[in-house]
Amino acid sequence: MNIIVCVKRVPLTQEVDLEVDDSGKKIKEDALAYVINDWDNYAIEAAVQLQENLGGEVTAVTIGNEDDEEVLRRALAMGADRAIRIDPGDLVLDGYLNARILAKTIVDLAYDLILTRVQSEDHNTGMVGIMLAEQLGLAHAAVTNGIEPEEGTVKVRVELEGGIDEVSHVQLPALLTIQTGINEPRYVSIMGIRKAKKKELKVMSLDDLGFTPNDLTPQTRIEEVFLPPETEGAEMIEGNPAEMAEAIIRIMGEKGVTV
Amino acid sequence: MGDIFVIAEHRNGEIRDITFEMLKKAGVLAQDLSCNVTAVLLAGSEPFSERLSKWADRVLVFEDERIKTYDSDLYTGILAALVKEQEPFLTLMGHTSWGMDYAPALAAKTGYPLATDATDVLLEDGQPQVIRQMYSGKLFSRVSFNPSPGYMITVRPGAFQVDTAGEKEGEVVVQALPEDLQSPRREFLEFEDTAAGDVDITQADLLVSVGRGVGEADNIETVQELADLLGGTLSCSRPVVDKNWLPKYHQVGTSGKSVKPKVYLALGISGAFQHVAGITGADCVIAVNKDKKAPIFRVADYGIADDLFAVVEALKAKAKSA
Repeated sequence: MNIIVCVKRVPLTQEVDLEVDDSGKKIKEDALAYVINDWDNYAIEAAVQLQENLGGEVTAVTIGNEDDEEVLRRALAMGADRAIRIDPGDLVLDGYLNARILAKTIVDLAYDLILTRVQSEDHNTGMVGIMLAEQLGLAHAAVTNGIEPEEGTVKVRVELEGGIDEVSHVQLPALLTIQTGINEPRYVSIMGIRKAKKKELKVMSLDDLGFTPNDLTPQTRIEEVFLPPETEGAEMIEGNPAEMAEAIIRIMGEKGVTV
Repeated sequence: MGDIFVIAEHRNGEIRDITFEMLKKAGVLAQDLSCNVTAVLLAGSEPFSERLSKWADRVLVFEDERIKTYDSDLYTGILAALVKEQEPFLTLMGHTSWGMDYAPALAAKTGYPLATDATDVLLEDGQPQVIRQMYSGKLFSRVSFNPSPGYMITVRPGAFQVDTAGEKEGEVVVQALPEDLQSPRREFLEFEDTAAGDVDITQADLLVSVGRGVGEADNIETVQELADLLGGTLSCSRPVVDKNWLPKYHQVGTSGKSVKPKVYLALGISGAFQHVAGITGADCVIAVNKDKKAPIFRVADYGIADDLFAVVEALKAKAKSA
């Protein structure tokens, strides 16, 4: 089974104070550390597990600059066979453009299955995978948390609200957006990443893909970003741990929970 | 001007709340735009249209046993044909698992621009703009669309409150399915309840809940001990289940369970909206998180910006001496 997996590098923002930059349209990104998008780890693992069981090749694809190759090397170290980076230059991308660029990159590749994330940790749009599926004319399933390959189809589990899974058969070729928790992504060592440098990593420009600048108008634009208002929210409890614990026990008592 | 379309969502014979939340907001927007609200229902033969008609000027119903349960290809095909024919100004869909499954496909098929997971929809010179969150709620953004005959938006569940009764009496119009539909490439087999288990977190008065901040599997035990000492029940957020540190029946949130304890003690939980949606029924939320900017502090009643283990140890000491 030949599988394409789409990956992305994102800034690590947990326990970080975000600041809006001078344009007012994005955050200051320079000081942030970057990691692989959490969902992509699971998508790569799912692709590599299928390949280990069924044979075939795994190709990892990202849209990004040279620094973003880090996530491709990680995918190669996890077991992907080759990687493609599409360099968008200075183009500001929305979900629609990401899907179009990926579609043009993938359309001529041989594949049975495309795996993408449910969403990225930065923009949280959750639209790129399914738009890509539609542009390639593929059957699809969003928010997949289980995959069992069968003859000509995959049996998938989709995570619905309220702890309910929907089980269905999806005809191949297909695109699945992968939910976190579907598997246990393997550990990647520094050594593994170094060894993976021998594998093919192809870089393409938008020009190589046959796009002209006029082709690539985003459908949506961020007009402004802003930090959540500070005024609303919790009453903060200060003090040393013992004092905080005492406050918690007191509040619990007020709410009718006695220890 | 075209209508505002609201695509109804239903499962297992029930209309999902998100449908009415969208209809409520659509009604407000329609007043500003002087246009009509159309509810669009794809279903088997369930008697949903009357309830929808209270909230819409018109209900368009597609009835077919093949769409009794959600189907990717049929939803996309039927809705794309309808959108092309009627050119709605705005199409609202749920930012739910199923909404995420068909809305981007519908947008790609029709060429209409899509903004997802809206927490609010504004009108700027008669054009829609969307307020949405990024970085798991740490940043908000205002998004505009490229000019188009119509626009598509998926709406975050819970973003709009339905605090009144629907007072419209919309006409119900049964529609014929388009003839050139793609035959479904996905075959529904069954629903499976994955959240049933040994512990019932929905009945607890006190939930001691852990999130990603607990760090590693071995640290769960000390929080379990605290829950036991306080007479509470252990629950958790999604990352803890994703990492297999606790079974799914402990999970609070959209994909887990909604809970209604007297006190919800959130330890190391950042507060992604999918989690917060599960604790709206809690009487009191106390959050402990090292990150003072964690979104959980925006919904908690009380907050402690400190190391959760220091607080856990102090609470255990207090509980033992009580």
